Amino acid sequence: MPAELSSEQAGSGRAAEPGESTVGIRLSGIGKRFGDVVALRGIDFEIQRNSRIGIVGPSGGGKSTLLHIVAGLMEPDVGEVDVEGATTAKDRLTRCAMMPQRDLLLPWRTALDNAIIALENRGVSRSQARAQTRPYFERFGLAKFEHFRPAQLSGGMRQRVSFMRTLVAEKDVLLLDEPFGALDSITRAQMQEWLLRALGALPRTVLLVTHDVEEALLLSKTVVVMSARPGRVVRTLTADFPTTASRREIVTSREFVEVKEQALEAIG
Amino acid sequence: MSTGAPLQTTERDEDLLVSAVPSAKGSRVRTFARVYAGALAFILALLFGWELAVRLGHVPDYLLPSPTAILADLKTDWVVLGPALWVTLREVMLGFVIAAVTGVGLAVLLHLNGPLRRAMYPILIGSQTIPIVVLAPILVILLGYGILPKLVIVALICFFPIVVNGLDGLRAVDDEFIAMMFTLNASRWAIFRRVEFPGALPSIFSGMRIAATFASIGAVFGEWAGSSAGLGYVMLEATPNLLTSRIFAAILLLTVISLVLFGLVSLLERIAVPWAPKRTTS
Repeated sequence: MPAELSSEQAGSGRAAEPGESTVGIRLSGIGKRFGDVVALRGIDFEIQRNSRIGIVGPSGGGKSTLLHIVAGLMEPDVGEVDVEGATTAKDRLTRCAMMPQRDLLLPWRTALDNAIIALENRGVSRSQARAQTRPYFERFGLAKFEHFRPAQLSGGMRQRVSFMRTLVAEKDVLLLDEPFGALDSITRAQMQEWLLRALGALPRTVLLVTHDVEEALLLSKTVVVMSARPGRVVRTLTADFPTTASRREIVTSREFVEVKEQALEAIG
Repeated sequence: MSTGAPLQTTERDEDLLVSAVPSAKGSRVRTFARVYAGALAFILALLFGWELAVRLGHVPDYLLPSPTAILADLKTDWVVLGPALWVTLREVMLGFVIAAVTGVGLAVLLHLNGPLRRAMYPILIGSQTIPIVVLAPILVILLGYGILPKLVIVALICFFPIVVNGLDGLRAVDDEFIAMMFTLNASRWAIFRRVEFPGALPSIFSGMRIAATFASIGAVFGEWAGSSAGLGYVMLEATPNLLTSRIFAAILLLTVISLVLFGLVSLLERIAVPWAPKRTTS
Protein backbone atom coordinates (compact mmCIF):
# COMPACT_ATOMS: atom_id res chain seq x y z
CA MET A 1 0.00 0.00 0.00
CA PRO A 2 1.39 3.38 -0.90
CA ALA A 3 1.56 5.87 1.89
CA GLU A 4 -1.58 7.86 2.38
CA LEU A 5 -1.41 11.53 1.76
CA SER A 6 -2.04 13.29 5.00
CA SER A 7 -2.70 16.99 4.82
CA GLU A 8 -0.24 17.53 7.61
CA GLN A 9 2.66 16.03 5.67
CA ALA A 10 2.03 17.81 2.41
CA GLY A 11 1.06 21.10 3.98
CA SER A 12 -2.50 22.19 3.33
CA GLY A 13 -3.87 25.67 2.86
CA ARG A 14 -3.56 27.82 5.92
CA ALA A 15 -6.70 28.04 8.04
CA ALA A 16 -7.86 31.52 8.94
CA GLU A 17 -6.57 32.71 12.28
CA PRO A 18 -9.09 34.09 14.77
CA GLY A 19 -10.15 37.55 13.73
CA GLU A 20 -8.71 37.09 10.26
CA SER A 21 -11.05 37.20 7.30
CA THR A 22 -12.22 33.83 6.04
CA VAL A 23 -12.43 35.07 2.46
CA GLY A 24 -10.61 32.86 0.00
CA ILE A 25 -11.14 34.84 -3.17
CA ARG A 26 -13.43 37.84 -3.53
CA LEU A 27 -13.91 39.78 -6.74
CA SER A 28 -16.10 42.85 -6.88
CA GLY A 29 -16.91 44.77 -10.03
CA ILE A 30 -13.93 43.54 -12.01
CA GLY A 31 -13.56 45.04 -15.48
CA LYS A 32 -10.71 44.74 -17.95
CA ARG A 33 -10.29 45.89 -21.52
CA PHE A 34 -7.54 45.48 -24.06
CA GLY A 35 -7.72 48.41 -26.45
CA ASP A 36 -11.25 48.35 -27.86
CA VAL A 37 -11.96 44.82 -26.70
CA VAL A 38 -13.80 44.51 -23.41
CA ALA A 39 -12.56 41.24 -21.93
CA LEU A 40 -14.35 41.35 -18.57
CA ARG A 41 -17.25 43.42 -17.24
CA GLY A 42 -18.67 43.57 -13.72
CA ILE A 43 -17.39 40.25 -12.39
CA ASP A 44 -18.43 39.53 -8.79
CA PHE A 45 -18.02 36.39 -6.79
CA GLU A 46 -16.69 35.23 -3.48
CA ILE A 47 -15.56 31.93 -2.01
CA GLN A 48 -14.39 30.94 1.42
CA ARG A 49 -10.91 29.90 2.32
CA ASN A 50 -10.11 26.27 1.39
CA SER A 51 -13.16 25.91 -0.84
CA ARG A 52 -13.26 25.52 -4.60
CA ILE A 53 -14.87 27.46 -7.40
CA GLY A 54 -15.19 26.51 -11.04
CA ILE A 55 -15.53 29.00 -13.86
CA VAL A 56 -17.06 27.77 -17.10
CA GLY A 57 -17.83 29.58 -20.28
CA PRO A 58 -17.11 29.63 -23.99
CA SER A 59 -13.58 30.05 -25.28
CA GLY A 60 -12.36 33.60 -25.63
CA GLY A 61 -14.62 34.74 -22.82
CA GLY A 62 -11.87 36.27 -20.76
CA LYS A 63 -11.54 33.33 -18.36
CA SER A 64 -7.75 33.29 -18.61
CA THR A 65 -7.63 37.05 -18.17
CA LEU A 66 -9.62 36.62 -14.97
CA LEU A 67 -7.18 33.99 -13.79
CA HIS A 68 -4.21 36.26 -14.51
CA ILE A 69 -5.89 39.04 -12.54
CA VAL A 70 -6.51 36.81 -9.53
CA ALA A 71 -2.93 35.50 -9.74
CA GLY A 72 -1.56 39.03 -9.59
CA LEU A 73 -0.01 38.88 -13.05
CA MET A 74 -2.09 41.94 -13.97
CA GLU A 75 -4.41 44.45 -12.34
CA PRO A 76 -8.00 44.98 -13.45
CA ASP A 77 -8.98 48.37 -14.89
CA VAL A 78 -11.82 48.65 -12.36
CA GLY A 79 -12.95 46.67 -9.33
CA GLU A 80 -11.33 45.08 -6.34
CA VAL A 81 -9.62 41.75 -5.85
CA ASP A 82 -9.04 40.17 -2.47
CA VAL A 83 -7.10 36.91 -2.30
CA GLU A 84 -6.88 35.84 1.34
CA GLY A 85 -6.35 39.44 2.37
CA ALA A 86 -3.96 40.32 -0.44
CA THR A 87 -5.26 43.14 -2.59
CA THR A 88 -2.29 44.37 -4.63
CA ALA A 89 -1.00 42.39 -7.60
CA LYS A 90 2.38 41.92 -5.95
CA ASP A 91 0.87 40.48 -2.78
CA ARG A 92 -1.52 38.24 -4.69
CA LEU A 93 1.39 36.80 -6.61
CA THR A 94 2.85 35.52 -3.35
CA ARG A 95 -0.44 33.77 -2.45
CA CYS A 96 -1.23 32.02 -5.73
CA ALA A 97 0.32 29.19 -7.71
CA MET A 98 -0.89 28.62 -11.23
CA MET A 99 -1.18 25.37 -13.13
CA PRO A 100 -1.41 26.10 -16.84
CA GLN A 101 -3.40 24.23 -19.46
CA ARG A 102 -0.39 22.68 -21.13
CA ASP A 103 1.86 20.97 -18.61
CA LEU A 104 4.71 23.38 -19.44
CA LEU A 105 7.33 21.11 -17.94
CA LEU A 106 10.87 22.10 -18.79
CA PRO A 107 12.10 19.42 -21.21
CA TRP A 108 15.70 19.55 -19.94
CA ARG A 109 14.72 18.84 -16.36
CA THR A 110 13.70 15.49 -14.94
CA ALA A 111 10.22 15.09 -13.43
CA LEU A 112 11.69 15.62 -9.97
CA ASP A 113 13.67 18.71 -10.96
CA ASN A 114 10.59 20.16 -12.61
CA ALA A 115 8.59 19.65 -9.43
CA ILE A 116 11.15 21.45 -7.25
CA ILE A 117 11.42 24.61 -9.33
CA ALA A 118 9.37 26.79 -6.96
CA LEU A 119 11.60 25.77 -4.06
CA GLU A 120 14.73 26.53 -6.08
CA ASN A 121 13.27 29.91 -7.01
CA ARG A 122 12.92 30.58 -3.29
CA GLY A 123 16.60 29.83 -2.78
CA VAL A 124 16.30 26.32 -1.32
CA SER A 125 19.31 24.24 -2.34
CA ARG A 126 18.72 21.70 -5.06
CA SER A 127 19.54 18.68 -2.90
CA GLN A 128 17.28 19.83 -0.09
CA ALA A 129 14.46 20.65 -2.51
CA ARG A 130 14.78 17.20 -4.06
CA ALA A 131 14.70 15.46 -0.68
CA GLN A 132 11.66 17.48 0.31
CA THR A 133 9.77 16.74 -2.90
CA ARG A 134 10.60 13.07 -3.47
CA PRO A 135 7.84 11.74 -1.15
CA TYR A 136 5.21 13.31 -3.43
CA PHE A 137 6.10 10.93 -6.23
CA GLU A 138 4.86 7.85 -4.46
CA ARG A 139 1.72 9.57 -3.29
CA PHE A 140 1.02 10.75 -6.82
CA GLY A 141 1.51 7.29 -8.29
CA LEU A 142 4.75 8.39 -9.95
CA ALA A 143 7.26 6.41 -7.91
CA LYS A 144 10.27 5.36 -10.02
CA PHE A 145 9.55 8.12 -12.53
CA GLU A 146 11.48 10.83 -10.65
CA HIS A 147 14.37 10.79 -13.10
CA PHE A 148 12.41 10.54 -16.31
CA ARG A 149 12.38 13.48 -18.67
CA PRO A 150 8.95 14.90 -19.58
CA ALA A 151 9.23 13.49 -23.13
CA GLN A 152 9.39 10.02 -21.62
CA LEU A 153 6.15 10.43 -19.63
CA SER A 154 2.55 10.04 -20.74
CA GLY A 155 0.23 13.05 -20.92
CA GLY A 156 -1.54 12.10 -17.69
CA MET A 157 1.74 11.66 -15.86
CA ARG A 158 3.07 14.99 -17.10
CA GLN A 159 -0.09 16.69 -15.87
CA ARG A 160 0.37 15.11 -12.45
CA VAL A 161 3.96 16.37 -12.31
CA SER A 162 2.66 19.80 -13.30
CA PHE A 163 0.09 19.70 -10.49
CA MET A 164 2.77 18.51 -8.09
CA ARG A 165 4.96 21.47 -9.07
CA THR A 166 2.02 23.75 -8.21
CA LEU A 167 1.52 22.06 -4.84
CA VAL A 168 5.20 22.07 -3.93
CA ALA A 169 5.13 25.86 -4.19
CA GLU A 170 3.20 25.73 -0.89
CA LYS A 171 0.80 28.51 -1.83
CA ASP A 172 -2.61 28.83 -0.19
CA VAL A 173 -4.42 29.40 -3.46
CA LEU A 174 -4.26 27.16 -6.52
CA LEU A 175 -5.31 28.49 -9.92
CA LEU A 176 -5.98 25.74 -12.41
CA ASP A 177 -6.32 26.84 -16.02
CA GLU A 178 -7.98 24.06 -18.04
CA PRO A 179 -5.78 21.58 -16.19
CA PHE A 180 -6.78 18.60 -18.32
CA GLY A 181 -7.72 20.35 -21.53
CA ALA A 182 -4.92 18.71 -23.47
CA LEU A 183 -5.75 15.13 -22.46
CA ASP A 184 -7.91 12.52 -24.18
CA SER A 185 -11.31 11.94 -22.59
CA ILE A 186 -10.45 8.66 -20.82
CA THR A 187 -7.26 10.00 -19.24
CA ARG A 188 -9.12 13.17 -18.47
CA ALA A 189 -11.83 11.32 -16.52
CA GLN A 190 -9.16 9.43 -14.58
CA MET A 191 -7.32 12.64 -13.79
CA GLN A 192 -10.50 14.37 -12.62
CA GLU A 193 -11.17 11.59 -10.16
CA TRP A 194 -7.57 11.67 -9.06
CA LEU A 195 -7.59 15.44 -8.56
CA LEU A 196 -10.84 15.23 -6.62
CA ARG A 197 -9.19 12.92 -4.13
CA ALA A 198 -5.94 14.86 -4.10
CA LEU A 199 -7.78 18.07 -3.24
CA GLY A 200 -9.88 16.24 -0.66
CA ALA A 201 -6.70 15.29 1.16
CA LEU A 202 -5.08 18.71 0.76
CA PRO A 203 -7.63 21.44 1.24
CA ARG A 204 -6.70 24.59 -0.63
CA THR A 205 -8.53 27.54 -2.05
CA VAL A 206 -8.95 26.53 -5.67
CA LEU A 207 -10.06 28.49 -8.72
CA LEU A 208 -10.63 26.19 -11.67
CA VAL A 209 -11.14 27.54 -15.17
CA THR A 210 -12.55 25.15 -17.73
CA HIS A 211 -14.88 24.98 -20.71
CA ASP A 212 -16.10 21.57 -19.53
CA VAL A 213 -19.25 21.98 -17.41
CA GLU A 214 -18.99 18.45 -16.08
CA GLU A 215 -15.43 18.98 -14.92
CA ALA A 216 -16.34 22.21 -13.14
CA LEU A 217 -19.31 20.65 -11.33
CA LEU A 218 -17.35 17.59 -10.38
CA LEU A 219 -14.35 19.41 -8.95
CA SER A 220 -15.93 22.42 -7.26
CA LYS A 221 -18.92 23.19 -5.12
CA THR A 222 -19.57 26.58 -6.67
CA VAL A 223 -19.70 27.03 -10.41
CA VAL A 224 -19.80 30.42 -12.10
CA VAL A 225 -21.05 30.47 -15.67
CA MET A 226 -19.52 33.23 -17.75
CA SER A 227 -20.72 34.68 -21.05
CA ALA A 228 -18.73 35.17 -24.22
CA ARG A 229 -16.86 38.46 -24.60
CA PRO A 230 -17.36 40.70 -22.79
CA GLY A 231 -17.12 38.15 -20.00
CA ARG A 232 -19.87 38.60 -17.42
CA VAL A 233 -21.19 36.29 -14.73
CA VAL A 234 -24.38 34.81 -16.17
CA ARG A 235 -25.23 32.46 -13.38
CA THR A 236 -23.82 31.01 -10.17
CA LEU A 237 -24.68 27.42 -9.34
CA THR A 238 -23.91 25.40 -6.28
CA ALA A 239 -23.59 21.68 -6.32
CA ASP A 240 -22.65 19.62 -3.31
CA PHE A 241 -22.11 15.96 -3.95
CA PRO A 242 -21.04 13.39 -1.38
CA THR A 243 -17.27 13.31 -1.30
CA THR A 244 -17.29 9.58 -0.85
CA ALA A 245 -19.00 8.90 -4.16
CA SER A 246 -16.96 7.84 -7.17
CA ARG A 247 -16.80 9.99 -10.26
CA ARG A 248 -19.17 7.69 -12.11
CA GLU A 249 -21.70 7.76 -9.29
CA ILE A 250 -21.62 11.54 -9.16
CA VAL A 251 -21.74 12.13 -12.88
CA THR A 252 -24.72 9.83 -13.39
CA SER A 253 -26.70 11.01 -10.35
CA ARG A 254 -29.93 12.82 -11.02
CA GLU A 255 -28.86 15.91 -9.08
CA PHE A 256 -25.68 16.20 -11.14
CA VAL A 257 -27.54 15.90 -14.42
CA GLU A 258 -30.03 18.56 -13.34
CA VAL A 259 -27.37 21.08 -12.32
CA LYS A 260 -25.43 20.34 -15.47
CA GLU A 261 -28.54 21.07 -17.51
CA GLN A 262 -28.96 24.42 -15.76
CA ALA A 263 -25.34 25.28 -16.43
CA LEU A 264 -25.57 24.35 -20.10
CA GLU A 265 -28.75 26.38 -20.41
CA ALA A 266 -27.00 29.39 -18.87
CA ILE A 267 -24.15 29.10 -21.36
CA GLY A 268 -26.79 29.02 -24.08
CA MET B 1 -13.72 5.58 -2.56
CA SER B 2 -13.04 7.78 0.42
CA THR B 3 -11.23 11.08 0.27
CA GLY B 4 -8.44 9.69 2.38
CA ALA B 5 -7.63 7.07 -0.24
CA PRO B 6 -4.08 7.03 -1.50
CA LEU B 7 -3.52 9.17 -4.53
CA GLN B 8 -2.83 6.22 -6.70
CA THR B 9 -4.67 6.01 -9.95
CA THR B 10 -5.50 2.82 -11.73
CA GLU B 11 -4.08 4.29 -14.88
CA ARG B 12 -1.69 1.85 -16.46
CA ASP B 13 1.34 4.07 -16.34
CA GLU B 14 3.68 1.58 -17.89
CA ASP B 15 1.39 1.18 -20.88
CA LEU B 16 1.14 4.90 -21.36
CA LEU B 17 4.83 5.38 -21.02
CA VAL B 18 6.39 6.55 -24.21
CA SER B 19 9.67 4.81 -23.84
CA ALA B 20 12.72 6.41 -25.34
CA VAL B 21 14.46 3.24 -26.43
CA PRO B 22 18.18 3.78 -26.01
CA SER B 23 19.84 2.56 -29.14
CA ALA B 24 22.49 -0.08 -28.72
CA LYS B 25 25.96 0.76 -29.95
CA GLY B 26 25.82 -1.74 -32.81
CA SER B 27 22.57 -0.38 -34.15
CA ARG B 28 23.94 3.16 -33.95
CA VAL B 29 26.76 2.19 -36.29
CA ARG B 30 24.22 0.60 -38.60
CA THR B 31 22.02 3.69 -38.53
CA PHE B 32 25.04 5.82 -39.33
CA ALA B 33 25.95 3.54 -42.22
CA ARG B 34 22.39 3.62 -43.56
CA VAL B 35 22.17 7.39 -43.37
CA TYR B 36 25.57 8.19 -44.84
CA ALA B 37 26.24 5.22 -47.14
CA GLY B 38 24.60 6.98 -50.08
CA ALA B 39 26.54 10.19 -49.64
CA LEU B 40 29.81 8.30 -49.24
CA ALA B 41 29.21 6.22 -52.36
CA PHE B 42 28.42 9.37 -54.34
CA ILE B 43 31.60 11.13 -53.25
CA LEU B 44 33.71 8.08 -54.09
CA ALA B 45 32.09 7.84 -57.52
CA LEU B 46 32.80 11.52 -58.11
CA LEU B 47 36.46 11.17 -57.11
CA PHE B 48 36.81 8.09 -59.28
CA GLY B 49 35.29 9.89 -62.26
CA TRP B 50 37.61 12.85 -61.68
CA GLU B 51 40.68 10.60 -61.53
CA LEU B 52 39.59 8.76 -64.66
CA ALA B 53 38.88 11.94 -66.64
CA VAL B 54 42.25 13.48 -65.77
CA ARG B 55 44.20 10.33 -66.65
CA LEU B 56 42.33 9.38 -69.80
CA GLY B 57 42.08 12.96 -71.04
CA HIS B 58 45.77 13.66 -70.35
CA VAL B 59 44.86 16.85 -68.52
CA PRO B 60 48.06 18.60 -67.46
CA ASP B 61 48.64 18.73 -63.70
CA TYR B 62 48.86 22.52 -63.59
CA LEU B 63 45.31 22.78 -65.00
CA LEU B 64 43.58 20.09 -62.98
CA PRO B 65 45.52 17.62 -60.88
CA SER B 66 43.96 14.22 -60.17
CA PRO B 67 42.81 13.32 -56.62
CA THR B 68 45.77 10.95 -56.22
CA ALA B 69 48.18 13.69 -57.35
CA ILE B 70 46.67 16.04 -54.75
CA LEU B 71 47.12 13.42 -52.04
CA ALA B 72 50.71 12.82 -53.14
CA ASP B 73 51.35 16.56 -53.02
CA LEU B 74 49.84 16.76 -49.54
CA LYS B 75 52.54 14.33 -48.45
CA THR B 76 55.55 15.86 -50.26
CA ASP B 77 54.55 19.45 -49.47
CA TRP B 78 53.71 18.75 -45.82
CA VAL B 79 56.74 20.80 -44.78
CA VAL B 80 54.98 23.82 -46.22
CA LEU B 81 51.36 22.79 -45.60
CA GLY B 82 51.73 21.49 -42.04
CA PRO B 83 52.88 24.78 -40.45
CA ALA B 84 50.40 26.68 -42.63
CA LEU B 85 47.59 24.43 -41.38
CA TRP B 86 48.58 25.18 -37.81
CA VAL B 87 48.55 28.94 -38.41
CA THR B 88 45.12 28.92 -40.08
CA LEU B 89 43.68 26.46 -37.58
CA ARG B 90 44.62 28.81 -34.75
CA GLU B 91 43.08 31.79 -36.52
CA VAL B 92 39.83 29.91 -37.17
CA MET B 93 39.48 28.39 -33.71
CA LEU B 94 40.41 31.52 -31.76
CA GLY B 95 38.29 33.74 -33.97
CA PHE B 96 35.34 31.42 -33.55
CA VAL B 97 35.69 31.29 -29.77
CA ILE B 98 35.82 35.11 -29.64
CA ALA B 99 32.66 35.26 -31.78
CA ALA B 100 30.87 32.65 -29.65
CA VAL B 101 31.65 34.39 -26.37
CA THR B 102 30.84 37.93 -27.53
CA GLY B 103 27.90 36.74 -29.64
CA VAL B 104 26.16 34.87 -26.84
CA GLY B 105 27.05 37.67 -24.42
CA LEU B 106 25.53 40.34 -26.65
CA ALA B 107 22.42 38.22 -27.32
CA VAL B 108 21.85 37.89 -23.56
CA LEU B 109 22.51 41.58 -22.95
CA LEU B 110 20.11 42.67 -25.71
CA HIS B 111 17.49 40.18 -24.52
CA LEU B 112 17.55 41.45 -20.96
CA ASN B 113 17.64 45.12 -21.92
CA GLY B 114 14.67 46.14 -24.09
CA PRO B 115 15.70 49.73 -24.86
CA LEU B 116 19.21 48.61 -25.79
CA ARG B 117 17.77 45.89 -28.03
CA ARG B 118 15.51 48.32 -29.85
CA ALA B 119 18.46 50.66 -30.35
CA MET B 120 20.96 48.02 -31.47
CA TYR B 121 18.97 45.44 -33.40
CA PRO B 122 18.44 47.50 -36.59
CA ILE B 123 22.13 48.44 -36.60
CA LEU B 124 23.07 44.81 -36.13
CA ILE B 125 20.96 43.70 -39.08
CA GLY B 126 22.08 46.68 -41.16
CA SER B 127 25.74 45.89 -40.54
CA GLN B 128 25.24 42.64 -42.40
CA THR B 129 24.77 44.49 -45.67
CA ILE B 130 28.53 45.13 -45.54
CA PRO B 131 30.34 42.18 -47.15
CA ILE B 132 32.66 41.64 -44.22
CA VAL B 133 35.52 40.10 -46.20
CA VAL B 134 36.09 43.39 -48.01
CA LEU B 135 37.02 44.92 -44.66
CA ALA B 136 40.11 42.70 -44.61
CA PRO B 137 42.49 45.18 -46.30
CA ILE B 138 41.40 47.96 -43.95
CA LEU B 139 41.98 45.73 -40.94
CA VAL B 140 45.44 44.81 -42.23
CA ILE B 141 46.30 48.50 -42.52
CA LEU B 142 45.00 49.09 -39.00
CA LEU B 143 46.27 45.96 -37.25
CA GLY B 144 49.25 44.76 -39.28
CA TYR B 145 50.23 41.42 -40.80
CA GLY B 146 49.91 39.30 -37.67
CA ILE B 147 47.13 37.12 -36.36
CA LEU B 148 45.01 40.00 -35.06
CA PRO B 149 43.27 41.15 -38.28
CA LYS B 150 42.44 37.50 -39.12
CA LEU B 151 40.86 36.97 -35.72
CA VAL B 152 38.79 40.11 -36.21
CA ILE B 153 37.55 38.99 -39.65
CA VAL B 154 36.74 35.44 -38.49
CA ALA B 155 34.97 36.78 -35.40
CA LEU B 156 32.98 39.36 -37.40
CA ILE B 157 31.78 36.71 -39.86
CA CYS B 158 30.83 34.20 -37.13
CA PHE B 159 29.36 36.74 -34.76
CA PHE B 160 26.18 37.60 -36.65
CA PRO B 161 24.47 34.17 -36.94
CA ILE B 162 25.28 33.50 -33.29
CA VAL B 163 23.75 36.77 -32.03
CA VAL B 164 20.66 36.58 -34.20
CA ASN B 165 19.92 32.92 -33.50
CA GLY B 166 20.64 33.40 -29.80
CA LEU B 167 18.37 36.40 -29.56
CA ASP B 168 15.58 34.60 -31.44
CA GLY B 169 15.93 31.59 -29.16
CA LEU B 170 15.78 33.71 -26.02
CA ARG B 171 12.71 35.57 -27.24
CA ALA B 172 10.92 32.44 -28.45
CA VAL B 173 10.14 31.31 -24.90
CA ASP B 174 6.39 31.02 -24.39
CA ASP B 175 4.82 33.82 -22.33
CA GLU B 176 2.86 31.18 -20.45
CA PHE B 177 6.10 29.73 -19.08
CA ILE B 178 7.03 33.15 -17.77
CA ALA B 179 3.60 33.77 -16.22
CA MET B 180 3.74 30.37 -14.54
CA MET B 181 7.25 30.99 -13.23
CA PHE B 182 6.16 34.31 -11.72
CA THR B 183 3.49 32.46 -9.72
CA LEU B 184 6.18 30.00 -8.59
CA ASN B 185 8.27 32.61 -6.74
CA ALA B 186 10.60 33.30 -9.66
CA SER B 187 12.58 36.52 -9.99
CA ARG B 188 13.42 37.90 -13.44
CA TRP B 189 16.90 36.41 -13.10
CA ALA B 190 15.51 32.99 -12.08
CA ILE B 191 13.34 32.98 -15.20
CA PHE B 192 16.35 33.78 -17.36
CA ARG B 193 18.55 31.20 -15.69
CA ARG B 194 16.07 28.34 -15.40
CA VAL B 195 13.82 28.84 -18.42
CA GLU B 196 15.01 31.26 -21.07
CA PHE B 197 18.70 30.43 -21.33
CA PRO B 198 18.42 26.62 -21.33
CA GLY B 199 15.48 26.96 -23.70
CA ALA B 200 17.55 29.05 -26.10
CA LEU B 201 20.52 26.64 -26.17
CA PRO B 202 19.37 24.64 -29.23
CA SER B 203 18.95 27.91 -31.12
CA ILE B 204 22.33 29.22 -29.95
CA PHE B 205 23.99 26.03 -31.13
CA SER B 206 22.28 26.16 -34.50
CA GLY B 207 23.73 29.67 -34.91
CA MET B 208 27.15 28.33 -33.95
CA ARG B 209 26.92 25.53 -36.49
CA ILE B 210 26.17 28.02 -39.25
CA ALA B 211 29.05 30.20 -38.02
CA ALA B 212 31.42 27.21 -37.96
CA THR B 213 31.04 26.77 -41.71
CA PHE B 214 31.90 30.45 -42.35
CA ALA B 215 34.92 30.67 -40.09
CA SER B 216 37.60 29.42 -42.51
CA ILE B 217 36.41 31.82 -45.22
CA GLY B 218 37.24 34.69 -42.91
CA ALA B 219 40.69 33.34 -42.15
CA VAL B 220 41.56 32.88 -45.84
CA PHE B 221 40.37 36.37 -46.81
CA GLY B 222 42.33 37.79 -43.91
CA GLU B 223 45.46 36.03 -45.11
CA TRP B 224 44.92 37.12 -48.71
CA ALA B 225 44.71 40.74 -47.62
CA GLY B 226 48.11 40.56 -46.04
CA SER B 227 50.07 37.82 -44.30
CA SER B 228 53.25 35.81 -44.27
CA ALA B 229 51.86 32.44 -43.18
CA GLY B 230 48.76 30.23 -43.28
CA LEU B 231 46.89 28.18 -45.88
CA GLY B 232 45.59 31.29 -47.61
CA TYR B 233 49.14 32.59 -47.92
CA VAL B 234 50.30 29.20 -49.32
CA MET B 235 47.56 29.38 -51.96
CA LEU B 236 48.55 32.95 -52.85
CA GLU B 237 52.17 31.89 -53.30
CA ALA B 238 51.32 28.75 -55.27
CA THR B 239 49.13 30.53 -57.83
CA PRO B 240 51.79 32.36 -59.91
CA ASN B 241 53.97 29.22 -59.82
CA LEU B 242 51.08 27.07 -61.13
CA LEU B 243 51.46 24.68 -58.19
CA THR B 244 47.83 23.72 -58.68
CA SER B 245 47.89 20.51 -56.69
CA ARG B 246 49.30 22.45 -53.70
CA ILE B 247 46.32 24.83 -53.94
CA PHE B 248 43.96 21.87 -53.97
CA ALA B 249 45.75 20.33 -51.00
CA ALA B 250 45.33 23.63 -49.10
CA ILE B 251 41.62 23.67 -49.96
CA LEU B 252 41.33 20.10 -48.67
CA LEU B 253 42.94 21.12 -45.38
CA LEU B 254 40.62 24.14 -45.07
CA THR B 255 37.68 21.77 -45.50
CA VAL B 256 39.10 19.58 -42.77
CA ILE B 257 39.35 22.62 -40.45
CA SER B 258 35.70 23.48 -41.10
CA LEU B 259 34.61 19.88 -40.52
CA VAL B 260 36.55 19.64 -37.28
CA LEU B 261 35.06 22.89 -35.99
CA PHE B 262 31.58 21.80 -37.03
CA GLY B 263 32.11 18.44 -35.33
CA LEU B 264 33.34 20.11 -32.13
CA VAL B 265 30.29 22.38 -32.00
CA SER B 266 27.96 19.40 -32.56
CA LEU B 267 29.75 17.44 -29.86
CA LEU B 268 29.46 20.33 -27.43
CA GLU B 269 25.77 20.60 -28.27
CA ARG B 270 25.19 16.94 -27.48
CA ILE B 271 26.86 17.42 -24.11
CA ALA B 272 25.07 20.68 -23.28
CA VAL B 273 21.66 19.85 -24.75
CA PRO B 274 21.18 16.10 -24.25
CA TRP B 275 17.42 16.53 -24.10
CA ALA B 276 17.06 18.04 -27.56
CA PRO B 277 15.12 15.99 -30.10
CA LYS B 278 17.55 14.25 -32.43
CA ARG B 279 17.96 15.78 -35.85
CA THR B 280 17.42 13.00 -38.31
CA THR B 281 19.21 13.10 -41.62
CA SER B 282 17.47 10.81 -44.02
